[in-house]
Amino acid sequence: MATQIRSAGPLMLLLLGGWLAAAQDKPIAFVGARVLPIDAAPIERGVMIIQGGRIAAVGAADAVTIPPNAERVDLADRVLMPGLVDTHNHIGMDGGGDRSGPLHPDVRIEDAIDVRSTGFRRAAAGGLTTINIMPGSGHLLSGQTVYIKLRANPSSIADWMIVDADGAPMRGIKMANGTNPMGEPPFPGTRGKSAALIRELYTRAIEYRERIRQAAGDLSKQPARDLGLEALGEALDGTRVVHHHTHRADDIMTVLRFAQDFKLRVVLHHVSEAQHVAEQIARAKVPCSIIVVDCPGGKLEAVDLAFETGGVLERAGVLVAFHTDDWITDARLFLRMAALAVRAGMSREGALRALTIHPATMIDLGDRVGSLTPGKDADFIVLSGDPFSVYTHVLETWVEGRRVFDRDDPVDRLHAEGGYGAGQPLPPYLCCAEHAAEGD
Amino acid sequence: MNGMFTHASVNRGSFRVLSISVLIGVAAAAPGVSRADDAPPLVIRGETIHTMGPAGVLRDAVILVQDGKIAAVGPASSTAVPAGARVLTAKVVTPGLIDAHSTVGLSGIYNQRHDSDQLERSNAVQPELRALDAYNAREPLIAWVRSFGVTTIHTGHAPGELISGQTLIVKTRGGTVEAALVREPAAVAATLGDSARKSGDKSPGTRAKMAAMLRAELVKAREYAERREKLAADAEKQPERNLRLEALGRVLSREAPLMLTVDRAQDIASALRLAEEFNLKLWIDSCAECGEMLPAIKAAGAPVLLHAPMRRAYAEFENASFATAARLKEAGILFAIQAGYESYVPKTRVVLFEAAIAAANGLDREAALASITIDAAKILEIASRVGSLEIGKDADVALYDGDPFEHLSHCVGVVIDGQVVSEVVR
Repeated sequence: MATQIRSAGPLMLLLLGGWLAAAQDKPIAFVGARVLPIDAAPIERGVMIIQGGRIAAVGAADAVTIPPNAERVDLADRVLMPGLVDTHNHIGMDGGGDRSGPLHPDVRIEDAIDVRSTGFRRAAAGGLTTINIMPGSGHLLSGQTVYIKLRANPSSIADWMIVDADGAPMRGIKMANGTNPMGEPPFPGTRGKSAALIRELYTRAIEYRERIRQAAGDLSKQPARDLGLEALGEALDGTRVVHHHTHRADDIMTVLRFAQDFKLRVVLHHVSEAQHVAEQIARAKVPCSIIVVDCPGGKLEAVDLAFETGGVLERAGVLVAFHTDDWITDARLFLRMAALAVRAGMSREGALRALTIHPATMIDLGDRVGSLTPGKDADFIVLSGDPFSVYTHVLETWVEGRRVFDRDDPVDRLHAEGGYGAGQPLPPYLCCAEHAAEGD
Repeated sequence: MNGMFTHASVNRGSFRVLSISVLIGVAAAAPGVSRADDAPPLVIRGETIHTMGPAGVLRDAVILVQDGKIAAVGPASSTAVPAGARVLTAKVVTPGLIDAHSTVGLSGIYNQRHDSDQLERSNAVQPELRALDAYNAREPLIAWVRSFGVTTIHTGHAPGELISGQTLIVKTRGGTVEAALVREPAAVAATLGDSARKSGDKSPGTRAKMAAMLRAELVKAREYAERREKLAADAEKQPERNLRLEALGRVLSREAPLMLTVDRAQDIASALRLAEEFNLKLWIDSCAECGEMLPAIKAAGAPVLLHAPMRRAYAEFENASFATAARLKEAGILFAIQAGYESYVPKTRVVLFEAAIAAANGLDREAALASITIDAAKILEIASRVGSLEIGKDADVALYDGDPFEHLSHCVGVVIDGQVVSEVVR
């Protein structure tokens, strides 16, 4: 709730009531679960106490004092871990930039999101609590992304947006290279042209920032405001992360050059050929958010996609996260994706971090979510068993101290399993399916 | 070709007799003397062997393979195995898996024009298209699914046109379709639903038109077959041969099943109606809204080739459920789980993973395994050869280092027709 307080002055009074109520909330003690704090060793039959939407304490039964007024929740035989963080997701939207051109830095994806999309109910059923919603990869720059939390009872995307310490909404930039953004003019026809257009845009953003600096507040010298270039300026200043879709090894190297040349904070997304350039990625200290799908191929750039990539990057010393790319993979199966990486050699601990603290770090939320740490938001999930067993179900999902998914609830169960009313009548935004032979 | 696949129960007795003689022969030849021209015998030893046959689940058991067939299955303590045999061991052993419906081999890993032969768009009705003439036995996705234990696939023309073409059944080995072939044609593939809908002034543009066109084609094919038969003696009066109508004639004669891809409940109802009207052998394919139609499906006695549970739930597929397999089982409907066809990534799903999701959502594990082994074989009418580990059947075997459905288990070996075709740990 403190997060919301910071969000905006005009809303302050409205929110204050809610905050007071939350602050007076009785503490809740979750007792008896195997606790996976992520930033510490697993705790058998541990205790976690939450209050006011935050984690108050986590530890072994004999190390945590349960306040006498606390509500007790028995979680014997359950597993308790942080809510999952998804760095790359397309739920509830129909695309960012349009087909008028390849670069849309002014487009904000939050203007397109339907919070009532059943996809979000499925995401909660899959244990997701924090999500980076991205426009697609059919453009070199398809728009600005938005970091959200699946808080209870949203009326619009504003209720889900996350703000930073200064009260500003947190967003990224979505960029792409390789075959997806290529096409007929005005789209680039080659990789060289793709890179030239991106370099040109960054250069313009640098000049725009420089002109504003030189104007020093003199309106007569100041350039006309350009909201797109301002967003890119934040990327150049390092206050905003560039999320870059890229598959082929040479395309990955091109993004690393962008990062170096323009001093950007980049997260590489998908990286289907990362295993070929793992050392270079590690040396550049650029994190990777990867996807594991059930077979390689489906497009030329993904023919080398391998279950092993997570382990290869982990051993090379790269910060690794997973992402659902929902609808590409179903958010209900996010834990399964990490399990497939473990199947192919990634460490269990690394795979758990790649679902929680690593993705949180990649969207600048590592100090607020991603581990069960006192002071962090009370975002967590209750599992029926081992996170990597096919037979394990997400039983409950909590965001900021409120339960947003309960498998025992019939409607929630419907969204977890599927069935009448659970799906979506219209085709979802499937990113780049139009580039496949079928869609020609 | 159908005659080769008479019902399993008819053959079982003779296979038993055969197996005993093989065993005796092996015992006499041992030790160390192998017959010329033959590979050394293969023995597969499992801590657990799911035979999927009358023998059920065996602990610490062996399978003896001779000449590509299963020569013996039984407890390790009491089953004679020849000396000098190659021995593969695994924690869990199952029959080679069967994917009840795929398009792999027609659709390829690259998803480009040159490897996308699953759907011909030039005409809504083309039952004469043979999968045999399109299946690429060297397609990399075949090796991919094989590495998880899939040894038999029913593949061919995809859903997406009213009648898209024929299908066939192959083993996931062999460099040519001839070497891989189990049966051809397996079925004629048809679709009722949005994916078969044409735009503009092209037909079919509506559901009712789809059914009307299908009905008209079947009537035409019946008349053609009748005329050909009646006028067989009179070459001049005989209608000219029509391969399209002959392909549909095999559906009318129940020689080939009609595999009808339907997801919406009303399309499932149409499929059942048409099958009754023309006395067709119907395979209900995909069936996202099966759960709404259980009594009608049960009454019709038609088997279901159920969609991949992990397929994306939108559009006609919006009401799909992880739990449909469990509901089919509970209703007593014979079903198999398929990997299916999707136009984008993943270019194929893995039927082992799909059955695992069904097993995690209410279907008991043995039934889930049956849905990708013996039950799939029964529906596809190949149970006399594959689908269970029984004496006389093809030696198609999958080896795992744990519960095959668990995410963290691996397939550690695959045997087809007695040949070790994969030892990659995946």
